[in-house]
Amino acid sequence: MPTASIETHDLTKAFGRFTALDGLNLTISGTKCVGFLGPNGAGKTTTLKLLTDMIFPTRGGCSINGISVQEHRKWALADAGVLIESPEIYPSLTPNEALEMVADLRGVPVAERRDRIRTVLAEVKMSEWADMKFGRMSKGMKQRINIAAALVHDPAVLLLDEPSTGLDPRGMAEVRSIVRELKKSQRLIFMSSHILSEVVDVCDEVALIDKGKLLFYDTLDNVIARFSGSHASVDVALARPIGPDVVTQKIANLPGVAGVNQLDPKRLRVRFTGGLDGQERLLEALVELHIGVLSVAESESALEEIYLSQISRGD
Amino acid sequence: MATATTDPADLRLHVPPSMQQVTKLARYQLREYVRSRRFIALTLIVLAIGVILTALVAHFRGTIVSTNLAFYGSFWGGGVGVVIVLAAVFFGGDAIAGEFQNKTGYFLMGLPVRRSTVYVGKFIAAFLASLSMMLLFLAILVGNGVYYFGSNVLPWQLGLSLLIAIVYLSAVLGATFLFSSLFKTSAYGFVLTAILFLFGFTILEDVITDLVKIEPWMIISYASSTIGSVFSPTVSWGLTGTVTRVTTGMGRFMVTTTTYTAGVAEGIVIMIAYLIVTAAAGLGLFEREEFA
Ligand SMILES: Nc1ncnc2c1ncn2[C@@H]1O[C@H](COP(=O)(O)OP(=O)(O)O)[C@@H](O)[C@H]1O
Ligand SMILES: [Mg+2]
Repeated sequence: MPTASIETHDLTKAFGRFTALDGLNLTISGTKCVGFLGPNGAGKTTTLKLLTDMIFPTRGGCSINGISVQEHRKWALADAGVLIESPEIYPSLTPNEALEMVADLRGVPVAERRDRIRTVLAEVKMSEWADMKFGRMSKGMKQRINIAAALVHDPAVLLLDEPSTGLDPRGMAEVRSIVRELKKSQRLIFMSSHILSEVVDVCDEVALIDKGKLLFYDTLDNVIARFSGSHASVDVALARPIGPDVVTQKIANLPGVAGVNQLDPKRLRVRFTGGLDGQERLLEALVELHIGVLSVAESESALEEIYLSQISRGD
Repeated sequence: MATATTDPADLRLHVPPSMQQVTKLARYQLREYVRSRRFIALTLIVLAIGVILTALVAHFRGTIVSTNLAFYGSFWGGGVGVVIVLAAVFFGGDAIAGEFQNKTGYFLMGLPVRRSTVYVGKFIAAFLASLSMMLLFLAILVGNGVYYFGSNVLPWQLGLSLLIAIVYLSAVLGATFLFSSLFKTSAYGFVLTAILFLFGFTILEDVITDLVKIEPWMIISYASSTIGSVFSPTVSWGLTGTVTRVTTGMGRFMVTTTTYTAGVAEGIVIMIAYLIVTAAAGLGLFEREEFA
């Protein structure tokens, strides 16, 4: 079995005079989940369509599992599962029929098909609706079947373009938890998203793209370390409202605290130094203040700030 | 098609050869057609045409239907072309454009299939669905024929005519698929096929005959008229057509009307040429088509 990999070299796509993707060089391999993060219009879908030969590069090329997508789409996609642009399945089909068709065209052995289909339907929590026609399904249900279709042959590489977008909050949460489950099996997942928290929630690594250009590709931990310097921050939820004087006089003066932001009377964001030790000391000190600390959570604001600062630099 | 980089046998799953994928895809697509409202609608339309023709035959018995050749020549020869064009419009008009418009194409394009596999698979499905309509029409006519002339007088020309009609169907579908991949909006494929094949080509044929005054061999309606003319005792079988000049009027008002009739072999060759050209163009277009 070949190592799962996705590679692009100088991958470029222009629509007329507008360059949607500009010289993307990306080498991803191994079994992990990589978030392809960027605001709307950054070039994420363009990249994924190039990776699946739905559109053709203006310059450069790409490969999946070492096989050129542009030269051999069939073999490049053989061990990949794809979900791009929430495709529609023929409305007269049921999930069982659609998955049977995909398994058949992909060459899943007849003996294994039933099992595989049952497994993936369970994975996306659609077992109950295996015989309902697509024409009668909600967006979220269709999207889950689309994910199942990408999984039916147990691919080494999974390409997902904003799998949760367009769904209601519950649908989004469901899709996210499905993707998180998928990580448990050994495969390479490349998932695009414009939502930072989704990438943080689900992925191990992040490639940030904006205006068609890759800004960086690294592990989430490295990104946080690299951009937030020695600062980290936590969000503190309180049982009672506290006054600004408590914030400025007590909390701001605790050892290691670099800054405090009162988000609302019962919520604080505290920036601190000293890494994990600093965090431990901070939490103890906060509790000792007896200000009614209910919970302390690592804030995503550090990443949020990186995200926002990175994608607005070009303006 | 093996690749230099990775032997497909290395892949965990064995993707079927393209020929097999074509067959599979055609089968699934055909099931889709058979379940569709269009299939039911067209079946009803063909049945309606059949009922009307049956009534006409009953009305004209003894004149136009005096012989079985005349019967099949006028009713099969005159009607099957319309059935073929309707079927092509119904099953092929949006075969490719619909994949873009309804976003079902994104589903197929995520699969390890060549683009040509999708095109050919859909073509075969549309062909078989259309063929079933043609055979339904044939069954109705043969029912009439057997009723009036007995079952032992099925003319051999009917078999040949059926084969020519199948070639014509392939050529019409070739053009329909070409239009369908030319425009990403389904409506254009429907309209263009219907307009061209129901009367556009016939008008062109007349224009070329009457104004340019040459044999309109390049027009497919000219070629397809052999479906009916094989029943005529004066038909030319070869690669050249026949020319009939009829002069009417008197003195300064004499008018000569020239009519060309395609040779049977000529008609078949022209239709095959249409099929090859349109299939190659449509396939080439689809290979370069972006699902943007
Ligand atoms: N077919 C197309 N024609 C013209 N411009 C396009 C086309 N597809 C995408 N674009 C443009 O390319 C840019 C990137 O689009 P896309 O890759 O869809 O962004 P994302 O998926 O990151 O939101 C956008 O500005 C979009 O308007
Ligand atoms: Mg997108």
